[in-house]
Amino acid sequence: MSSRRIFARPARFAAIAPYVWMALFFLVPFAFVLKISLSQTAIAQPPYEPVFDLTAGWEALKAAFAALSIDNFKLLGSDDIYVFAYVRSLTVAVTATALLLLIGYPIAYGMARLPKRWQAVAMVLVIVPFWTSFLIRIYAWINILQHDGLLNQILLALHLVSQPVVWLSTDTAMYIGIVYSYLPFMILPLYATLAKMEPALEEAASDLGAPPWQVFWLVTFPLSLPGVGAGVLLCFIPIVGEFVIPDLLAGSNSLMIGQTLWLEFFTNKDWPVASAAAIVLLVVLLVPLLLYERLQKRQLEQGR
Amino acid sequence: MMRKVSRLSRFNIASLALGLAFLYLPILILVLYSFNTSRLVTVWGGWSLRWYREFFNDRAMIEAVWMSLRVAVASATIATLLGTLAAVALSRGERFRGRTLFSGMLYAPLVMPEVITGLSLLLLFVALNAERGFWTVTIAHTTLTMCFVAVVVQSRLGSLDRSLEEAAMDLGCNPVRAFVAVTLPLIAPAIVAGWMLAFTLSLDDLVIASFTTGPGSATLPIRIYSEVRLGVKPEINAICTLVIALIAVVIVIASLASKLSSSQGESAAPL
Repeated sequence: MSSRRIFARPARFAAIAPYVWMALFFLVPFAFVLKISLSQTAIAQPPYEPVFDLTAGWEALKAAFAALSIDNFKLLGSDDIYVFAYVRSLTVAVTATALLLLIGYPIAYGMARLPKRWQAVAMVLVIVPFWTSFLIRIYAWINILQHDGLLNQILLALHLVSQPVVWLSTDTAMYIGIVYSYLPFMILPLYATLAKMEPALEEAASDLGAPPWQVFWLVTFPLSLPGVGAGVLLCFIPIVGEFVIPDLLAGSNSLMIGQTLWLEFFTNKDWPVASAAAIVLLVVLLVPLLLYERLQKRQLEQGR
Repeated sequence: MMRKVSRLSRFNIASLALGLAFLYLPILILVLYSFNTSRLVTVWGGWSLRWYREFFNDRAMIEAVWMSLRVAVASATIATLLGTLAAVALSRGERFRGRTLFSGMLYAPLVMPEVITGLSLLLLFVALNAERGFWTVTIAHTTLTMCFVAVVVQSRLGSLDRSLEEAAMDLGCNPVRAFVAVTLPLIAPAIVAGWMLAFTLSLDDLVIASFTTGPGSATLPIRIYSEVRLGVKPEINAICTLVIALIAVVIVIASLASKLSSSQGESAAPL
């Protein structure tokens, strides 16, 4: 017992370097985002009016505080483009997460029912595509979905369609891309809870006369809820802010917030509005982020 | 007689087979078409290495590959150091001041939308007047990937039998020596896995690199992205195949290394 406490002190010192790093490159940057979201747009480089100039002394600081404005946030609330972008992001994330759960659950369930030896193999098989580049996986789908792509050729050859179908630049393509990219994130937490489940519970239910769907709905599914929660959050949060997939696969007539932010930043060079959009996005995601963090912490600390 | 419930139903097998086909077919098709002679991406014109030659003659692309590899090695190495320290502090440090903030800062970037992380780091670099290029991208990638390393190493530390460390200290080791002689070899597979994960995440990243890099120092994903936006080019198939091959080699080497280094013959989990 005492040696455990002796170990703790140098272990605490180990926190110093990563702590300083994260404070400097994670926490401080957020202060900058907040600050710039409150300043005026300027046609300059960098394209915003500096809000604070610490060298100018106390009076200047007071004047700077007086100059802070929430105009950028007001703009976000009043301009339909932004409101639509937030609504679209949330709709896409909810739909895609539901699809992922529907597709991922049977796969995770199948994995958990494999013999132990094969479970490890199946897990590696699910993880390996996650290691290949994100962009490459999206590009692979462009190859398949484009006008004279493989999918259209197969459909034409089978006489299922008489003309090539437009797949690219549609929501269908975007959902395919999202499901494809995030599937391992949904399968792994689901599999982790399903594999730990006691098989005797399901057997008992079916011995007592429950038909298979009832066994699943009354026993298996409720017991797998922690995995469902982890998988849903792990997919939902990054999908809301997704940029690459909608940009390459979906049409350009309705943008998600990640795209709007990118456009505002790189094309319109309106950094204050982009910063304000980032702050609002963060506030929208705060509840799922906190939920996820608690889940993650509990899982890691259970192992102790 | 007890009725044995068949564990694996036909539905299970079908969903597994379909799921794996969905995951692998697109990548296999891409690899296959990278060896296609035809310029039309979807017409099969016979086997050739034409697009690979084209890639090796593309100076800008080669430079982007070089930039990406340098950033990935540098950021993965720093991230592994910092992430391991963070994991040790969190799983062995008991309570310390600011622990909640510390773990919060480590878990948040795991799911934080990349546009936010990228934007905030760029604003910092601009405010510091830092010249954007290799170092700014490396710092950005380190910040993101050290969190993944910390999670991988922390879960390994959590499953470790702590009585081993305690025994070493009861036998007269000081805590630092007990850590180096006992704990470190045991968590080595997780550290290797953490480095691999950090390396591939860095090689993969488009959004954060786009925000934090400067003119003239594009990474490979930035180059690929700008090419893809202009339309499908067979050369991209070849580059993607090479990247997939590189990552496969890294995974194989690292898992062999971790198998050798682990005394109990356990292999590092790929995630």
